[in-house]
Amino acid sequence: MNRFAELLDRLVLTPSRNGKLTLLIDYFRSVEDPDRGLALAAITGDLSIAAVKPAMLRALVVERMDPVLFGYSYDYVGDLAETVSLVWPQSPDHIPNREPTLGEVVAKLQAASRSDGPKVLARLLDSASISARFAIIKLVTGGLRIGVSARLAKQALAEFGKVDVAEIEELWHGLTPPYAGLFAWLEGKAEKPQRTASALFRPVMLSNPIGDGDLEKLDPADYAAEWKWDGIRVQAVCEDGVRRLYSRTGDDVSGAFPDLADAMHFSAALDGELLVGEPSATGTFSDLQQRLNRKTVTPKMQQQYPAFMRCYDVLQIDGEDLRTLPLRERRLRLEAFVGTLDPSRFDLSPLVAFEDWPALERLRQAPPHPIIEGVMLKRWDSPYLAGRPKGPWFKWKRDPHTVDAVLMYAQRGHGKRSSFYSDYTFGVWSGPEGAEELVPVGKAYFGFTDEELKQIDKYVRDNTVERFGPVRSVRADRTNGLVLEVAFEGLNRSTRHKSGVAMRFPRISRLRWDKPAAEADRIETLQALLDA
Amino acid sequence: MRASDLLHPRPEGLYCPPGDFFIDPVRPVNRALITHGHSDHARSGHRSVLATQQTLDIMELRYGEGFAETVQTAALGKTMALNGVSVTFHPAGHVLGSAQIAVERQGLRIVASGDYKRQKDATCEPFEPVRCDVFITEATFGLPVFRHPPDTQEIARLLKSAAQFPERSHLVGAYALGKAQRVMRLLRDAGYDRPIYIHGALTRLSEYYQSQGIDLGQLDPATVDSGGKDDFAGAIVVGPPSAFADRWARRFPDPISCFASGWMRIRQRAKQGGVELPLIISDHADWDELTATVKETGAEEIWVTHGREEALVRWCELEGIAARPLHLVGYEDEGD
Repeated sequence: MNRFAELLDRLVLTPSRNGKLTLLIDYFRSVEDPDRGLALAAITGDLSIAAVKPAMLRALVVERMDPVLFGYSYDYVGDLAETVSLVWPQSPDHIPNREPTLGEVVAKLQAASRSDGPKVLARLLDSASISARFAIIKLVTGGLRIGVSARLAKQALAEFGKVDVAEIEELWHGLTPPYAGLFAWLEGKAEKPQRTASALFRPVMLSNPIGDGDLEKLDPADYAAEWKWDGIRVQAVCEDGVRRLYSRTGDDVSGAFPDLADAMHFSAALDGELLVGEPSATGTFSDLQQRLNRKTVTPKMQQQYPAFMRCYDVLQIDGEDLRTLPLRERRLRLEAFVGTLDPSRFDLSPLVAFEDWPALERLRQAPPHPIIEGVMLKRWDSPYLAGRPKGPWFKWKRDPHTVDAVLMYAQRGHGKRSSFYSDYTFGVWSGPEGAEELVPVGKAYFGFTDEELKQIDKYVRDNTVERFGPVRSVRADRTNGLVLEVAFEGLNRSTRHKSGVAMRFPRISRLRWDKPAAEADRIETLQALLDA
Repeated sequence: MRASDLLHPRPEGLYCPPGDFFIDPVRPVNRALITHGHSDHARSGHRSVLATQQTLDIMELRYGEGFAETVQTAALGKTMALNGVSVTFHPAGHVLGSAQIAVERQGLRIVASGDYKRQKDATCEPFEPVRCDVFITEATFGLPVFRHPPDTQEIARLLKSAAQFPERSHLVGAYALGKAQRVMRLLRDAGYDRPIYIHGALTRLSEYYQSQGIDLGQLDPATVDSGGKDDFAGAIVVGPPSAFADRWARRFPDPISCFASGWMRIRQRAKQGGVELPLIISDHADWDELTATVKETGAEEIWVTHGREEALVRWCELEGIAARPLHLVGYEDEGD
């Protein structure tokens, strides 16, 4: 249990992706079955343990200590799980000869009935060290919140076993904790687990951005063009009556889109974009947002913002794997197949006809719908390949929006950047003339060169007004301030931000040392974009 | 005689009227008794200072010769008479030279703990419990949430991380007096025999520790002259915590920031400070040590100073021991 607890403690404080991968790989290497598999399941959210409510946890602890002292402690720490793990009074007679393993803890928790759950939990806490207690409480209260996605965990498995992550993703949904067969294969001690379950995920094909000079080397006749829809990439798989909707990283998202999942009556694997509205009246990104990150979806929500799928590829029909066929043939099969589906839930991503690159460029600049974020180019003769092969698929995005904003706060970075102020909050002007004030509209931490980072860091240090821990507030008024040209992909309405807007994918595109702060943009400029 | 007639707080610090002296005064006074060398307890500008030899040495290193008009050495365990008040220094286990001060008159004994800890520490004399009527305890970590793990376990985590990330350097933030040397000594005791790189602010105090027979092994300055960026790959570097937010830290390759402090027990503290590897190593007593020590002294009355007084006072009430906060000002909360 202690090794798992230590892993959680390290992961939550390690900001860098590579650092997290190293920690995970080391853990998989040094910990035996079934503990490592259970840890993996806990991280990917595939471990089912009956939840304990915070109130129950609190009741358990105040049975064991003075409520006033507990109150002081909780007030200071602010996090219930952490407070309880620290103050839990371990009676010296209860300290066991050895601490329980993760496997033993999980087995006891899973075997506990609803009524004796709290007692089982209390006994486990009695037998564990402080950080192990924290890990146990995290397991039973649900949600580790350690900043590791299922995708990252799979990446670590791939590096651990020196296999392609696509192989793991493809197998994943047929496996169950503690994944002993998977680990045995990754360690070279057993054959690759067979795909046994139905409707498994197929690793998706991804595109590369068009870079400078790329187009000159490509022949327009070799490529099909489609609009690039700014929805959610999904894979709809139906096999033997099993229906699954996967995200591009292989997470099962069927539960979040029951309306679409229920309409999947076919035997095939389709690739496409999930959008909101109806095929004939596609909704905007704000509409789509209503359906994102929700655990449960009300019938009203499903009615108001129905989900549908705009299909652009087909990987399998009736058990026939089509991935080795060239796109030209897959497209014909897809067109015929989508014609047989419920037209309110499935339609075809139309091809965009073009003569040459300049013609396509004109179309790209004036897309027919706001949810289009550019065009896709796909080679007619390419098979469907997992991952991001260079050449067959390109994305050619619309140029980003830009805004001139003023630097307001800077925060120190991590790792290589721990001595640099590298995360910037910026704002634009709002309020009546003569009484303008800056309102923060976003935060960005990349887009600049190392040399520019040094310059901004110096500027921040020289112009600090106030400090709050790792954050500095920077002098920013009508006459003083650093203007940043910020590029972003789009704007959403936000009730969480004072400005009422939230930027998508903001990054610093230029430093405007030359521009006076008073000439930075106003909030109305952004609001106009919102209403467009 | 009442306890408050023997010692009571004044704006300058804890004062003994019959002996006419202050303990750890925060402003310049005529006569000061100093428990240990941390700058919030040992200030310059007093006329006369009484402290252990090591505390006097440390004050001289920090403030220069002539930091006081006259100095007098207190030998541990030897009782001295000051204007009819008996004064004895006992080891406090906090940092090198640290002492508790027992003040006694007409059968009434008060012990001022200064800062103390009970965990074993190879860089200073261990704490010695002294029976007394009134025990004045610090309460820096006076909440039940503060439970320091064994320091060897924390150092093992540091060494494990150094092995996991051999291409990066580990920057260990540790206070220049006491904590830094303890961390280095713990590394040596764990078998780490490579040079330890230190920030310039640690040099003189570390040399002093070595001169007092505390072996810290080879310490090299963490300057760019001593090597290029790559030479610090895999290195352990010790420096004051403030240096790591500074441009000084840029000479190290992709550093992992570590901080050796009792505050690192609280995850949010580590997170806010951008600490990737918190090391819970403290020179102060944790909750269990505080409460055990209070009982061990057999004191009928507890005065609680700097820190989280309310929780310890509450605990004393539950135990049927009279207790009150002393509200001394000027001691830093963060000094660990």
